[in-house]
Amino acid sequence: MVPPASSPRSGSVTPRVVFPNKVLPYLLVAPQLAITLVFFYWPAGQAFYQSMLRQDPFGLRTKFVWFANFRKVLADPAYLNSIKVTVVFSLATAIVAMCVALLLAVMAEKVVRGKGLYRTLLIWPYAVAPAIAGMLWLFLFNPSIGSLAYMLRSFGIAWDPLLNGTHAMILLVSAAAWKQISYNFLFFVAGLQAVPKALIEAAAMDGAGETKRFWTIIFPLLAPTTFFLLVVNTVYALFDTFGIVHAVTGGGPGKTTETLVYKVYNDGFVNLILGDSAAQSVILMVIVISLTAIQFRYVERKVHYG
Amino acid sequence: MIGQSPLRTVIAHAMLILGILIVAFPIYYTFVASTQTLQTILRPPLPLLPGDQFWNNYSEALFGGVGRIGGVSVGRLLLNTTIMALGIAVGKIFISILSAYAIVFFRFPLRMTFFWLIFITLMLPVEVRILPTYKVMVDLGMIDTYAGLIIPLIASATATLLFRQFFMTIPGELVEAARVDGAGPWRFFFDILLPLSRTNIAALFVILFIYGWTQYLWPLLVTNSSNMNTIVIALRKMVSFADADTQWHLVMVTAMLAIVPPILVVVLMQRWFVRGLVDSEK
Repeated sequence: MVPPASSPRSGSVTPRVVFPNKVLPYLLVAPQLAITLVFFYWPAGQAFYQSMLRQDPFGLRTKFVWFANFRKVLADPAYLNSIKVTVVFSLATAIVAMCVALLLAVMAEKVVRGKGLYRTLLIWPYAVAPAIAGMLWLFLFNPSIGSLAYMLRSFGIAWDPLLNGTHAMILLVSAAAWKQISYNFLFFVAGLQAVPKALIEAAAMDGAGETKRFWTIIFPLLAPTTFFLLVVNTVYALFDTFGIVHAVTGGGPGKTTETLVYKVYNDGFVNLILGDSAAQSVILMVIVISLTAIQFRYVERKVHYG
Repeated sequence: MIGQSPLRTVIAHAMLILGILIVAFPIYYTFVASTQTLQTILRPPLPLLPGDQFWNNYSEALFGGVGRIGGVSVGRLLLNTTIMALGIAVGKIFISILSAYAIVFFRFPLRMTFFWLIFITLMLPVEVRILPTYKVMVDLGMIDTYAGLIIPLIASATATLLFRQFFMTIPGELVEAARVDGAGPWRFFFDILLPLSRTNIAALFVILFIYGWTQYLWPLLVTNSSNMNTIVIALRKMVSFADADTQWHLVMVTAMLAIVPPILVVVLMQRWFVRGLVDSEK
């Protein structure tokens, strides 16, 4: 392939023509910088500081304890359980959402008529808040009034997401994955359109059937899109799904659906164990930083809007 | 184009229709439930077609005031949510286009420091700094205010990065020509840069509006009074799966009113929405 004569980014290589003003640029960055410092860096610094403090049970005295909170949190079975829950939840959500979306995108590539209509109907859930997605699914599957739960029971399945942890997890994953199908679908469609048609035609002429063409040509060429989506979906499942957990299960039954973010919220806001909550915040920060680093290092693409 | 057997085309259509059923069914069923009486909802299975309570339920929810959420009408909740979503979309675009403008078209000490300070906020989502941020909000008296709902969410790196990337594609000759013609930085910004950024702004607006509308953790933290709730939070408060006295028909109406506006934005502004999602990822 011949590279285009002038890459759109060439402007960044040659020294730019700029305006000579000395004060104006500071005024222009001031609003964003002020908000960033007050609402991002200051609280993040506080989280670091508090993660090394411990209060006595009455909140009267505070002691600096270095990394004791981290040791305590990481040795806590409830926290380890929450890590396990989060890994299961995130992987299941990412895999389900991506498989369904890839299948639909491949199908959408095949049809000629009605393509636009299909796309319009498939992107709806993107606009639904995760918490509402969770509530809609719980409405359908809740044991006392849910119509689909009623159907499951009439098939003889003892379905009860309010008491059974596995059922609760299945419900959360369904709602979270459902919400994410639209996003993945759009990216897979864009990825499929970028696969050179000549390559596919050449393979077809060599006698490769449709299934073989998909697995040997299209799927490998989709790898960057797939990897990008894997990271985005993991970040989504880790953080944006707080609403689903809070609205649907509240971490229960037992602690079977208590994800890491839900636990930070619960320990800090409901149980008021400040040191532990702050230590958990810092651990989460490390997770986000590594995920973002992976994304930029290997995918060189940006995270979702946020 | 490779020929394809009619059977495979039929299968493709069938799969897509199945996909749409899965994707649309929860939303459709919510609409059905929002037009039934409470008694019908409490006795599953629910009919597959809408009932006759549309006007009753919607007018009760919109103008009656629902007990569970402190007597606040859904109209008020919609207003709060709209203000928050618009405020976040407009505010984010405003502050990030300015900072990107400064970083690309000016040279000044600490320029890259500022860029990195903004960039790193990508890694500090609100979820990892819940309590300290809440404390800052209390200290600044921003609990239960629109400013509190909006301002902390409008600083983020992504919009700035997007504008920066777009500005870097604008040829230096354009800046030079503008300067030769005697245009100052403001003139250049308003007469050349803004018109060129129109599609980017539209795309970003759709994405950010949805982002603002669907927020959950933040409004949960900074609103105590029922008057300031967003519709998503209020909906959560209306639902109780333990008690039998949840007003399901009104919950379903509220759910519909909470999801229809953002769906309309996505569907009607589809071109910009898809562009905003896919382009920003490059």
